[in-house]
Amino acid sequence: MTREEKRDLLKGILFTSPWLVGLSVFVIYPVVASFYYSFCYYSVLQPPRFIGLLNYKDLFTDPIFWKSLWNTGYFVLFMIPLGLVTSLSLAMLLNTKVRGMAFYRMIFFLPSLVPMVAGSLLWMWIFNGEYGLLNNFLIKMGLPNPPNWLMDVNFAKPAIIIMSLWGLGQTIVIYLAGLQDVPVTLIEAADLDGASWFDKLWNITIPMISPVIYFNIIMGIIGSFQIFSQAYIMTGGGPQRSTTFYALYLYQAAFEDFRMGYASAMAWILFVIILLLTMLVQRISKEKVYYHGG
Amino acid sequence: MKKLVILLFAAVLAFQSSGCANKEQNSGVIKVVYWEKWTGFEADAMQAVIDLFNSRKFTNKDGKIIYVEMSAVSELDRRLLTATAGGNPPDVAGVWTWLVTAYAEKGALDCIDDYLREADITEDRYLPVFWEICRYKGKMWGLPSTPASAALHWNKRLFREAGLDPNTPPKTIQELDVMAEKLTLIKLPGQDKPISFYELKSRSNYKDLLAQGKIIQMGFLPSEPGWWPWSWGYWFGGKLWDGKDKVTTDESGNVKAYEWVKSYSDKYGVDNIKKFSSSFGVFASPQNAFLSSKVAMVAQGVWMYNFIDKYAAGMDWAAAPFPSDEGRLKDVAYVEADLLVIPRGAKHPAEGFKFISFVNTQEAMELLCEGQVKFTPLKNVSENFYARNKNPYIRVFRSLAESPNAFITPKMIIWQEYQREMSFAYELIRDLKAAPKDVLTDVSKAMQRRLERELKMAERAGEKK
Repeated sequence: MTREEKRDLLKGILFTSPWLVGLSVFVIYPVVASFYYSFCYYSVLQPPRFIGLLNYKDLFTDPIFWKSLWNTGYFVLFMIPLGLVTSLSLAMLLNTKVRGMAFYRMIFFLPSLVPMVAGSLLWMWIFNGEYGLLNNFLIKMGLPNPPNWLMDVNFAKPAIIIMSLWGLGQTIVIYLAGLQDVPVTLIEAADLDGASWFDKLWNITIPMISPVIYFNIIMGIIGSFQIFSQAYIMTGGGPQRSTTFYALYLYQAAFEDFRMGYASAMAWILFVIILLLTMLVQRISKEKVYYHGG
Repeated sequence: MKKLVILLFAAVLAFQSSGCANKEQNSGVIKVVYWEKWTGFEADAMQAVIDLFNSRKFTNKDGKIIYVEMSAVSELDRRLLTATAGGNPPDVAGVWTWLVTAYAEKGALDCIDDYLREADITEDRYLPVFWEICRYKGKMWGLPSTPASAALHWNKRLFREAGLDPNTPPKTIQELDVMAEKLTLIKLPGQDKPISFYELKSRSNYKDLLAQGKIIQMGFLPSEPGWWPWSWGYWFGGKLWDGKDKVTTDESGNVKAYEWVKSYSDKYGVDNIKKFSSSFGVFASPQNAFLSSKVAMVAQGVWMYNFIDKYAAGMDWAAAPFPSDEGRLKDVAYVEADLLVIPRGAKHPAEGFKFISFVNTQEAMELLCEGQVKFTPLKNVSENFYARNKNPYIRVFRSLAESPNAFITPKMIIWQEYQREMSFAYELIRDLKAAPKDVLTDVSKAMQRRLERELKMAERAGEKK
């Protein structure tokens, strides 16, 4: 390396240093530390003490851990397909040529701008068993005894899923961008061949936007596994722990019970689960995802 | 290039050393940083005490003037955790009692025994329960700022409307249940005038009628406000643990208490109650169940007066000890206190204590408690304190704190978990999902395991020290 190159390198490092420092202090260090803490008894207030695999062993016999994993799995299982269908259908509707489309697009994007806390408080009122908007509507539709959503063990999770569908604006925008990239020539050719609406959707649109679907599924899995705020604000994990999601239990262990080591172990298990699922999706995608020009 | 880097470093260093530390040394003032959870009138009352303290210009042992600055901190317990772990805590923090146990156990608070000796502050100044609250493992970890106790509050107008004597509260839980039936109103379909549950239950098909009807008012509801679902056992002679190493959630007093909780669901119906409870607004609002006259009797703390005053000013109410099972125990009450503590690593612990001890003088304490409309935790009370206090039932709350049957938050290292576990157990019982005895046995076993694990870990940490 010449002197000049060295100087350039130094300058380069200096200019990127805010980011480098940020990454190492706020990302790399915590990740490494949490891995170490997951093998420790660590209350945050005392120095960590190495206890080997005890946290992991305890976790596997902790019924609340399994319960929270089940709750989260349930949420992901419904949220991913529902989110996919809802956001893709909405994106297709928003991709049609109608007057005032910009306005409709804004309407559907708007909810994702509402802060989670405000949105949660709003939905608490919508789901209110007595005065809630939703139940009022259901009664008018001829359902005399609608569920008491957030207070009912069987309906609290579905309620949170419904609420989460409301905030799909970002995903819709990504789909919309994908849809606009579908070559018009292909659609026109199919039209000439007399293809039906469904044929075009199934044989042209979906294959053409498959990379976008793939991306959204991965992001959806990551996001859904980390669901926290809605349950923290709306239900506190209840009723009867039916909304104690993984991240909520992790938070309670770390910041309410001073069990940071235990919580770190939980975080690493979650990481492995998400990693495995992502790899699975990736394997499937090898056959199903089409990159044009790629 | 090198020069530039060196210059940058020099600048940073210069900036740091010219910061507050130097300013403080030069000015002869020591600033005590005080974190408190209060806002609104509660903070104002404390600010008045701080202003008084600052105006006296107390000095530390180096002759520097101590100046206290209070910051309102939301989610104080979480922030205190990170600040203490990070070595940058405030000098004084206003905390809840459970936090003292958790922090003291983990060595995250300064023990104040030496300061107390120096300042000649002794146990006999306080009502015993408040000294007890500040103590953990035989040592003192803080002093009270304001005390609280909980009592039965009842709505006199609703009593009158139900044909009850508005000046006679229930003396036993059983009396409370009967009064609650008389105070519970149900609107049946097609009828204008609501009917009391007491009347309704004499009809043979009352369960069907109840299912068709709608509860519009309740005499009492164990879940309102539902802040201490773990506590009901105490009114039935139960305890949650032995104070050392044994969890006793499933002992007979507790089982009886939660059978009683269950009886409300049996009687009025889980869904009916849930529907009715959905109509309550948030606690601090006119739609509060008690303030909006939806529930006639509640167990609430001394602070309730302030909310009545603010949201239901004309309300005709009274307070008395919450009755116990068959009236066997007298004056059972949950007693709490806000505490002032010195976190480990505080920059000015001695100065911080100076402030804490000032708050605990009769003059300052009465100023604070009068402002927050509470009673004083100190034995000595000035002559016209009660006359000045706006809560007409302030003496009821004070005498509850003096009661031998007063109980405090259990000083368990796993209290947060235990409390949460009890909340979920309570839900299972309330929703008739499982028998109280079974639920409590499960909780007892799970918490016993957790307690043993934590005690073992604490013991090992002790050995290491």
